[in-house]
Amino acid sequence: MKIVVLVKVVPDTYGDRKLNLETGLADREASEAVVDEIGERALELALSYADANEGTEVVLLTLAPEGATATIRKGLAMGAGSAIHVSDQGLRGADLGLTAGTLAAAIRRLEFDLVITGNISTDGSGGMIPAMLAELLDVPHATGLSSVEISDGVVSGSRPVESGVQQVSANLPAVISITEALPSGRFPNFKGIMAAKKKPLEVLTLSDLGIIADDPEAASSIMLTVTEKPPRAAGVKIIDEGDAGEKLADFLVENRLA
Amino acid sequence: MTEFPRDAILVVVEVQGSGGLEQAAAGLLGAAAAVGTPVALVLTPPGAGSAAAAEAAVLGAARVLIVETTDPSVLGVPSVDALFAAVERVRPDAILISHSLDGRDLAGRYAARSRAAVCADAVGVARDEEGVVAHHSVYGGAYNVTSASTFGAPVITVRQGSIEARATAQPEESETLAVTPSEKPAARIDSFEEEVGASSRPELRGAAKVVAGGRGFGSQEQFALVGQLADTLGAAVGASRAAVDAGYVPQSHQVGQTGVSVSSQLYVALGISGAIQHRAGMQTSKMIVAVNKDSDAPIFEIADFGVVGDLFKVVPQLISALQARKKQ
Repeated sequence: MKIVVLVKVVPDTYGDRKLNLETGLADREASEAVVDEIGERALELALSYADANEGTEVVLLTLAPEGATATIRKGLAMGAGSAIHVSDQGLRGADLGLTAGTLAAAIRRLEFDLVITGNISTDGSGGMIPAMLAELLDVPHATGLSSVEISDGVVSGSRPVESGVQQVSANLPAVISITEALPSGRFPNFKGIMAAKKKPLEVLTLSDLGIIADDPEAASSIMLTVTEKPPRAAGVKIIDEGDAGEKLADFLVENRLA
Repeated sequence: MTEFPRDAILVVVEVQGSGGLEQAAAGLLGAAAAVGTPVALVLTPPGAGSAAAAEAAVLGAARVLIVETTDPSVLGVPSVDALFAAVERVRPDAILISHSLDGRDLAGRYAARSRAAVCADAVGVARDEEGVVAHHSVYGGAYNVTSASTFGAPVITVRQGSIEARATAQPEESETLAVTPSEKPAARIDSFEEEVGASSRPELRGAAKVVAGGRGFGSQEQFALVGQLADTLGAAVGASRAAVDAGYVPQSHQVGQTGVSVSSQLYVALGISGAIQHRAGMQTSKMIVAVNKDSDAPIFEIADFGVVGDLFKVVPQLISALQARKKQ
C-alpha cells in the first residue's frame, strides 16, 4: 500500500496573519510557517495505518516556497518515509486550478493507492483540492470523513453532511479528505528527528512535472483588489454590580436583538 | 425550447435526504438576482424534481433545469455530469454553488474537468465591465479581497449564511435536463442516517443569532446554560475550541478558524477568552456581546457590549429578564 499525504505550509493561526497589500500574496515574513494542523491529522491517519500494516509506504507531498524544507522535515520526523516538495517561482500566487494540476502531476508519477488530505486549509479555506485531484487522477473521492477505515482495496468512513451522516466507501486508488474529528498528529521523537535527516526529500519544479504555469487553455482566478479591514473597536464594558443581566437584556431589546 | 437569458447566472441547488432545497438556496438565488438572471439547476433524488423546481422559482429562479439522479448512492460524480450539461445548455456568465462539502466537491471537480476558474468561499458577488467578480473575507475577516476569472464563467462557491439579499419569486418555468453520464469512478453512499429534528434550534452555520460558550462553564452540565440562553433568544449554540476539547459539546458546534465561521447579527460569547483562532470565526458578526470574569480577556477588545462578571449570576439574570420582557 502506498499512501500519499498532502500537507500545506500555512501562516500560523496562533499569530497575526498578513496579506501583502500590493501583491495580494501572503506575507510569509509576518508570521511563522507551520504545517496546517489538519495535514498533520491526515499524516497521523496514514502513519497509524502503516504502524499496523507492514509494507505500507507513506509519501509526504507539498507544494510550497523554497524555504519550507524545515517544515517538511517535521513530517518526515513524525514518520513519513519520504517527501516530495514541489517548488517553483511560477507557482507564486497559484490559484486552485494550477495547484491541483501540479499536485496531480506529482501524484501521477507515483503508483499510489490512496491520497489523504485535510478537508480545508486554514489560510485559503478553499477545500476543493481533494475533489479536483480525484477528477484529474480519474479516481473516486470521499471527502470530509470524520472516521476512516482502510482495508485491502477499499477505503470507507463516515461523512457528515448538512442533513445527516453518510457512510461512504470507495475502491482504491482513491482520494479522501478528513475532518478535525480525526486524531491529531503525533509528536516527533528524537529518533524520528535523527532519522528524518537521512530520508529522501525530492524537490521538483514545474518543468520536471511538465506543467506550464500560465497555460492559455485554462482560465485562472485572479485577485483584483485587496484591502485591510480596520480593526473592530471595543464598545461598552461594564463590571457586574448585581444588575448586569438586566442591563444586557435592555441592550439587546434596544437593539432589537432579543 | 426557448433561449436562456444572456446574463444568466447558473445556481446549483441540491435536495438532500427527505427535505426540500438546501438551506443555502435562498442566498445563492438572492446573490444571482443582483448580478443577472438566476437560472437554477436543481439536483434531486428520484421523484423530487418538480417540488424542488417550484421551490426554486419561489426563491427567485427565472428558469429551472431539473436533474433527478438515477442512482442516489453514487457520490458526487453525477452532479458534476449534470452541471457540465447545464453549462453547455445555459452558457451562463457565472456559476454559483454553496461552499458546503458537497458544493466544494462539485465546484472542484467541475472546474478541474472544464478548466474553469474557481473563486472559493465568496461572501458576495458583483458585476463589473468585464464580468462577475467575487468578494471574499480573508484571514478571519481581516482582509477584503475581490477575485475574478481571466476568461470564461467563474465557478463561485458562496459561504453559507453570508448573503442576506433575497430574490423576488418568479413564475415557474422548468424543464428536465438530459445528462450524459461520464462513468467516472465514484465513491458509493452505502447508507445515510438523516439527522432527526431532535433540536429545534437553528443551525449554527448561517444563523442570525449565536450564543457560544467557552471553558468558563467548567462542565458539560453547566454548559446547558448556553442552550437555555440560546433558546430564549432563538439562537444557535456555538462553542470555543476549548469547550469542545473539554467535551462540553460536539465538535460540530466549534466556532473559529478550524470550525464553523459565523457572520451573525448577534454573537454572544460566554466564558470565551477570545483567542485569535476563535475571533477569526466570529469577528465579522454585526453585534458582539461578551460575558467573562477576566476583565483582560481579549474578547472585550471586539465586543460591542462587554460584561465583566460571573457567568452563573449574569446569564440566569439575563434569561429571566428577557423572559419577563417577552411577557410584557
